[in-house]
Amino acid sequence: MSDRPVGSRSSAGAGPPRSVVVLGVVGLAVLVVPLFALTLRTPWLRSGTLLADPTVLSALRLSLTSSFAALAICTVLGVPLALLFARFDFPGKPFIRALAVLPMVLPPVVGGVGLLAAFGRRGIIGRPLEQLTGITIPFTPAATVLAATFVAMPFLVVAIESGLRLLDHRLEDAAATLGADRWTILRRVVLPMLAPSLAAGMALAWARALGEFGATITFAGNMPGRTQTMPLAVYLELERNPEAAYLLSFLLLAVSVTVLVALRDRFLNTS
Amino acid sequence: MSTQPDHAIAGRVDGTDRRLEARVCLQLGSLELDVRIDAAPGEVVAVVGPNAAGKTTLLRALAGLVPLSGGHIRIGSQVVEDPAARLRLSPQQRHVGVVFQQHLLFPHLSALENVAFGLRARGVSAADARTRAGTWLERVGLAGRERARPAALSGGQSQRVALARALATDPDLLLLDEPMAALDVDARRAVRRELKRHLSDFAGPTLLITHEPLEAISLADRVVVLEAGRVVQDDTPATIARRPRSNWAARLVGLNHYHGRLEAHTIILDNGARLTIAEPVATGEVMAVVHPRAVALHPERPTGSPRNVWQATVDALDIHHDHVRVHLEGPIPIVAQVSAASLADLDLTEGRTVWVAVKATEIDHWPL
Repeated sequence: MSDRPVGSRSSAGAGPPRSVVVLGVVGLAVLVVPLFALTLRTPWLRSGTLLADPTVLSALRLSLTSSFAALAICTVLGVPLALLFARFDFPGKPFIRALAVLPMVLPPVVGGVGLLAAFGRRGIIGRPLEQLTGITIPFTPAATVLAATFVAMPFLVVAIESGLRLLDHRLEDAAATLGADRWTILRRVVLPMLAPSLAAGMALAWARALGEFGATITFAGNMPGRTQTMPLAVYLELERNPEAAYLLSFLLLAVSVTVLVALRDRFLNTS
Repeated sequence: MSTQPDHAIAGRVDGTDRRLEARVCLQLGSLELDVRIDAAPGEVVAVVGPNAAGKTTLLRALAGLVPLSGGHIRIGSQVVEDPAARLRLSPQQRHVGVVFQQHLLFPHLSALENVAFGLRARGVSAADARTRAGTWLERVGLAGRERARPAALSGGQSQRVALARALATDPDLLLLDEPMAALDVDARRAVRRELKRHLSDFAGPTLLITHEPLEAISLADRVVVLEAGRVVQDDTPATIARRPRSNWAARLVGLNHYHGRLEAHTIILDNGARLTIAEPVATGEVMAVVHPRAVALHPERPTGSPRNVWQATVDALDIHHDHVRVHLEGPIPIVAQVSAASLADLDLTEGRTVWVAVKATEIDHWPL
């Protein structure tokens, strides 16, 4: 250190200050050690027996169906919403857009309470819905789908919207001069070029839907075989059958890693 | 096939008289465009001008991508835009083929699908569109590249696909925005020759936007010079090259150009310097040009006939492969073109002082 000329500490070759290195490594440990510990505790050898447990199996099945149902709803509704945000101006757009992505930072339990307020038996939509059709949503499998949709859709909207902003507008001009109407431009130019963003948004939304806990337990409850999804099962099994909890947790971790690897170009790109 | 209007495509101008007649008035940012432009069927009109002169905006207005605030656009017998009558056809409704500056091919479609796109959008059946797109790719020399994606095409190839895509729908008007700008020098030479052939096959009017004088002169029947949103000259390429009416055009065709007042046999330049001419054809405000080849350089003060002689300093040398352009500073800034041999003979280097001589008969001038 002492024989280095003055000024070299700030140059690229001198490396980061020691305090930054120490704090950075501690930060990394906070993020990585729990995942590592989980992997160590996972009872690999008993995984077959554990997965055969009816509670575990039904949670697995419900989680898959409800997360994919939520993904379908997110896609059908989220893509048009992203198009509106990216391509059209309307009064109050910044405010409305902020509302639409709010669930990304909202505590999920607040989302669950909000869903109850809207769709509960005395909710502003739930009451007329029950009076007119006899249908109730809370504490049914449909509620797990709605809760997952609520928390996951903003991820899809944001991904598609940023994809749309990166598209070259002039390609749409070119298509218009070739005689393509707006629907044809959307179908044959915009959506195909949006495919990578759409895939990324869908993967993110699905991963978020699969992991949903707070809104689900508030709005759908925790009934094994009916509304108990994987994350809820993990929480409950931790008391009753910790080995199953570890195995289910590991499964969810594996899914997350898979999604991250699939999206590596988007998130693991450090350049 | 392109020489006949295509009746398989709905909603097009009747007959073969696809004449463009337009006055384009609009304001976009700081640009105030007011341009009258006409083109006869089969005529190629180059629109040239400095950056921000409004060339691309003019093209976008004709294509229907930017609305007019005044004027009108008529293609053949059809008025496609007339703000006073609240008439405005969308880009889809006009039959205008556009070759964009960056070509703007659809990156997710093959070359064939790009060319077929317009036919499909205008209601031609899939099979028919593919056949016709294939024929077009053959015509532009890209047989065998049908399945290539734009990313796999060279600049010249993608330019040809863009041209085929624009021509495949047999438009009533063809617009090309700097079609060579994205190409390297070698590709330009080849593409220019081909483009000329395809443009002469096209029966409708063509507007070619460019900032390359050579491109304009070699491809166009007529050149319109645009500056700051106005037409400053509308002439044949030969006239533009010989008698440019704007400093921009003169500089571009490589002429020394001067603005001044003619009195008897003397042009008094704006900076007060004087040029003597042989036969005055006008009085008052004039534009004068001197070809760099007509500028002689001497190590000593020349004796004899030249009427315009002054001392100047070599400011810069542009070395081309068979000649050198010598930029000279003095009472009258001027560029001389000399051979490599005289460069050595005169021992020309930056900062050296030489004598400049221009014969009175070598100065062309005309009233403004």
